[in-house]
Amino acid sequence: MSNRVTNILVPLISVILGLLVGAVIMLISGYNPITGYTALWNGIFGDLYTIGETLRQITPYILAGLAVAFAFRAGLFNIGVEGQLIVGWFAAAYVGIAVELPKIIHLPLAILAAAAAGALWGFVPGLLKAKFHVHEVIVTIMMNYIALHVTNALIKTVSGGGDRTEKIFTSASLRSEFFQNLTEFSRLHYGLLIALAMVGVMWIILEKTTLGYELKAVGFNHNASKYAGMNVNRNIILAMVISGAFAGLAGAMEALGTFEYVSSKGGFTGIGFDGIAVALLGMNTPLGVIFGATLFGSLKYGALNMPSEAKIPLEIVEIVIAVIIFFVASGYIIRLLLLRAANKKKEAK
Amino acid sequence: MTKRKFGLGLSLMLAAGTMLAACGSDEETPAGSTTGEGGEGTEETSDFSSAMVTDVGGVDDKSFNQSAWEGLVKFAEDNGLEVEADGGVDYLQSQSDADYNTNLNNLIRRDFDVVFGIGFLMEGAVAEIAGQQPEAQIAIIDAVVEADNVASVLFKEQEGAFLAGVAAALMTETGKVGFVGGMDIPVIERFEAGFIAGVEAANPDVEVDVQYTGAFDKAELGKTTANRMYQDGSDIIFHAAGGTGNGVFTEAKERKEAGENVWVIGVDSDQYDEGQVGEDNITLTSVLKRVDNAVYNISEQAKNGEFPGGETVVYGLSDDGIGLADSRGAISEDIMTQIEEFKQQIVDGEVTVPETVE
Repeated sequence: MSNRVTNILVPLISVILGLLVGAVIMLISGYNPITGYTALWNGIFGDLYTIGETLRQITPYILAGLAVAFAFRAGLFNIGVEGQLIVGWFAAAYVGIAVELPKIIHLPLAILAAAAAGALWGFVPGLLKAKFHVHEVIVTIMMNYIALHVTNALIKTVSGGGDRTEKIFTSASLRSEFFQNLTEFSRLHYGLLIALAMVGVMWIILEKTTLGYELKAVGFNHNASKYAGMNVNRNIILAMVISGAFAGLAGAMEALGTFEYVSSKGGFTGIGFDGIAVALLGMNTPLGVIFGATLFGSLKYGALNMPSEAKIPLEIVEIVIAVIIFFVASGYIIRLLLLRAANKKKEAK
Repeated sequence: MTKRKFGLGLSLMLAAGTMLAACGSDEETPAGSTTGEGGEGTEETSDFSSAMVTDVGGVDDKSFNQSAWEGLVKFAEDNGLEVEADGGVDYLQSQSDADYNTNLNNLIRRDFDVVFGIGFLMEGAVAEIAGQQPEAQIAIIDAVVEADNVASVLFKEQEGAFLAGVAAALMTETGKVGFVGGMDIPVIERFEAGFIAGVEAANPDVEVDVQYTGAFDKAELGKTTANRMYQDGSDIIFHAAGGTGNGVFTEAKERKEAGENVWVIGVDSDQYDEGQVGEDNITLTSVLKRVDNAVYNISEQAKNGEFPGGETVVYGLSDDGIGLADSRGAISEDIMTQIEEFKQQIVDGEVTVPETVE
């Protein structure tokens, strides 16, 4: 079997297997899988509104995926995307409320604030890793909790005791009348373009710059990189800072696009954690992340329609979605099986 | 390479974990969800429809959202409407605050005549959609949205909580009672303020231990908080924490089984069934917030073409929008009389219960 055929077959088989197992789960629980999947399809592509909302959902996933993928390429496991996203969300919203400026200054300022906040949140674990060899997984997990509760406290202060800030000034908003009219008032915003641009930025950094080359080298083997004369510590910190900046931008999407405010949270948003799966589904490449984010975002948003249209309880829906993603992620196993089958054929001949 | 595989496994676990985390304890579908169809044909059918969006607590939170849904189901039964169907009554559950907009929009686009946003947390989403969909009739519970097509419903929670406070202060044996709140938002603060004022009015020597868990959907947090409170000597806990409060019940039931004499005061709907432990029951009473009545009334008004758009409706003790549930003998006659006296004073306006904690 040629390599190209395998490359197309593997994701195809994984998706079909996932859908099949999901269907079995729905059958066992006494629901019709066909109505279920029709509802899922309609929830993603049903009309312009749902398409708009699906794209809206994909946007932060792309950026969260990029954040995880970027750190991964430098050999770092950034579980702190969630926290970096939350501080980015707050920073963008704060800038959006605190001052009123012409849009051409205000919007970029708010976006930059989010990136800077995320970068700062990534800098701390990067620094600790580089200087004291503290494992970044532990630090980033803890930084998530710090981010959650610190922003909750700040929101309370900023809003004068409330649980939610004011709406941001329209001059800082990413909302787009054009998109809204196009998609029957969905919350699709210009952030999608920013997310796609960042995909390009990550590709350029990794593939076209010395920095990217060094980062990848450190990711492969930091001892060898050190021997080759690279500054490993500097690269570790930089990788975490850039990763954090991507995550912060994901927060800006929520702050300036989807919600236009920030509210105190009882728990994590989950986008940052899903970002890990998005990055891995996309093999940690910029283009792959778009694929992973599209899958995650559409399934996540489309699933909302399953209880509404097909009367399947949310809990079952979540299991079905998790199963589909699980199978897509285990494409490696399917590749292995395909290869083995091909080898057997050869031997038989 | 091994590191990467390990990472993949870990991330899958995390992803599955976060996706499954939202599934709380859901054992039963809400009562009456299948009974609606029988009404058709026997009663006059109308082409009026009504639907609601729950907050993150879910429709079977045994509290606020469930009460609202029961109101809608009752409305459907009385009017011969189908339950959980287009053109009848239906609900959608929200898993995160990102879903409020989508769910509200979804129901409006399915042409329900009235769409309810259940809970304070939906204020922003309702305000936004009211502007985009001027034809839609939207009602919001526990918040005020100023728009011509939005009816806002508020409750004087403090009045019911006041009576709960009186009951707790007169019933406690340890001289200490607890309050477990969900998120620190104005609605819950009204419960807290009323409860503290009630305790103060009945017996100023009784201490009140106040704790906020920061969430409405985390039963495990409710359990640990209750554990700490009972440990510190409280014997009665009043919870105003939605699904988080279910953990308070779990803790109290475990302690009751171990022979301790503890009580819980429920919230929003009559939580007597939650407190059953073998022969005993640890539910002292519940502060009823008749969200079901409010939902029913507004649906009824809208059906008659009198939707109170742009208005704010306030329910309190005097119109039975707020009250105490039957204690089924847990509270003695003597104490009940005292509670009744306080209630009369509030209804007559002799006592005004504060809305905020001083």
